[in-house]
Amino acid sequence: MSHMREIEFELNGVRTRATVRLDMSALAMLRDVMGLTGTKYACGEGECGACTIIVDGVSVCSCLMFAVDCEDRTLTTIEGVGREPLGARLERAFVDCGAVQCGFCTPGVVMQAKHWLEAHPNPTRDEIKRGIEGNLCRCTGYVKIVDAIEAASRAEG
Amino acid sequence: MAVEEYWAPATLSDALERLRGGDVTILAGGTDLMPQSHAGRVTLARGLLNVRRVPELRGIEAADGGVRIGALCTMSELMRDPLVREHFGILAEACDHFASDQLRNAATLGGNVCNASPAGDTLVPLLVLDAEAELASKPDGRVQFRRVPLSAFFSGPGRTARAPDELLCAIRLPRPPAGFVGRFYKAGLRPALDISAISIGIGGVPGGRALGQARVAYGAVAPVPMRARRTEQALEGAVLDAATVERVAAIARDEVRPIDDVRASAWYRRELVFNMTRRMLGDVAHA
Repeated sequence: MSHMREIEFELNGVRTRATVRLDMSALAMLRDVMGLTGTKYACGEGECGACTIIVDGVSVCSCLMFAVDCEDRTLTTIEGVGREPLGARLERAFVDCGAVQCGFCTPGVVMQAKHWLEAHPNPTRDEIKRGIEGNLCRCTGYVKIVDAIEAASRAEG
Repeated sequence: MAVEEYWAPATLSDALERLRGGDVTILAGGTDLMPQSHAGRVTLARGLLNVRRVPELRGIEAADGGVRIGALCTMSELMRDPLVREHFGILAEACDHFASDQLRNAATLGGNVCNASPAGDTLVPLLVLDAEAELASKPDGRVQFRRVPLSAFFSGPGRTARAPDELLCAIRLPRPPAGFVGRFYKAGLRPALDISAISIGIGGVPGGRALGQARVAYGAVAPVPMRARRTEQALEGAVLDAATVERVAAIARDEVRPIDDVRASAWYRRELVFNMTRRMLGDVAHA
């Protein structure tokens, strides 16, 4: 059993402390220590994007990040993304476009879309596809996912 | 074995001190270390050394006429950097082919180099760009640096010339000659998140239907990413008509040493090397 360490970081706008195992992933910390189960575990090796969160302004796979590496950093998860206008627009657009089938990939796609749209405010559909190439939807509902991201990029507000 | 200690030092000197103590795993982006350790392919040492706060490992800056790229630079940072895009386009191109956005945002150049995968995406362009590894250590209380050409850095799959007490601080690239053109090719089953079956980098100065100062490198066709010196020699001064391109591509096919694995057979890799080298030489020579 690996040793533990107490770390401090910002999580969804709130200064947070957590005691984590040294070999634990950020994903395991979020789900098992913080109880935030919106971020999903699927492949565990960065292939599927279901665990995508935003760390210091960029999207990353939380399954590939060490929990201790969250120390002093700023994390946004699906639970907090709607507090920002773009995140809220994406959530609305996913509902309006019916871009959810089983829903397991949805949190990761929304987080990745949030980061991608910040860097590409007026993307073409091809650019949107490029942006989410690290996210797998096993229901294969990609058309509506792209519709929703496109709608969110056009929406006011 | 359990990880018992964790350090995230703020200075190079402190980081090197921890490395000198031994039994340490270095953590940068973690994108390879985390899945490899969870799968049991890599055993984490007693101490985990997070080098993220070491300032010497950061930044992309002009140096010695070329560029010094801090080992912590991510693929996304490299792709966006104006200096890299202008003078070292083949490297930016390879980063663009790297995994997915989430991985490019976390994976570091230093990690890609130190993992020393024969299929590492950045390694072929770095070889074409005559890269050097800048290594630091602190053997007797003083920080020391040495540089190793990347062509001599890789010694086998996952093995490098880096000593256990050394830290890769940066990759240094000399300014390419005037008129230098480079091209990168990666063969995979899909554009995203694929480990290459082979990759090719070709660079040189085109002129008079020839490719001067040619540099050719291959990935995933040998135990290490390799410079193809015989192929380069065959290119020197050769007018690249169809017959010559065919002959040079055949030399490349002979020079690589691929194996059969899950991604491709050795035969298929040799054929890819031949066909794609032939196509790329045509492109580069007429660029």
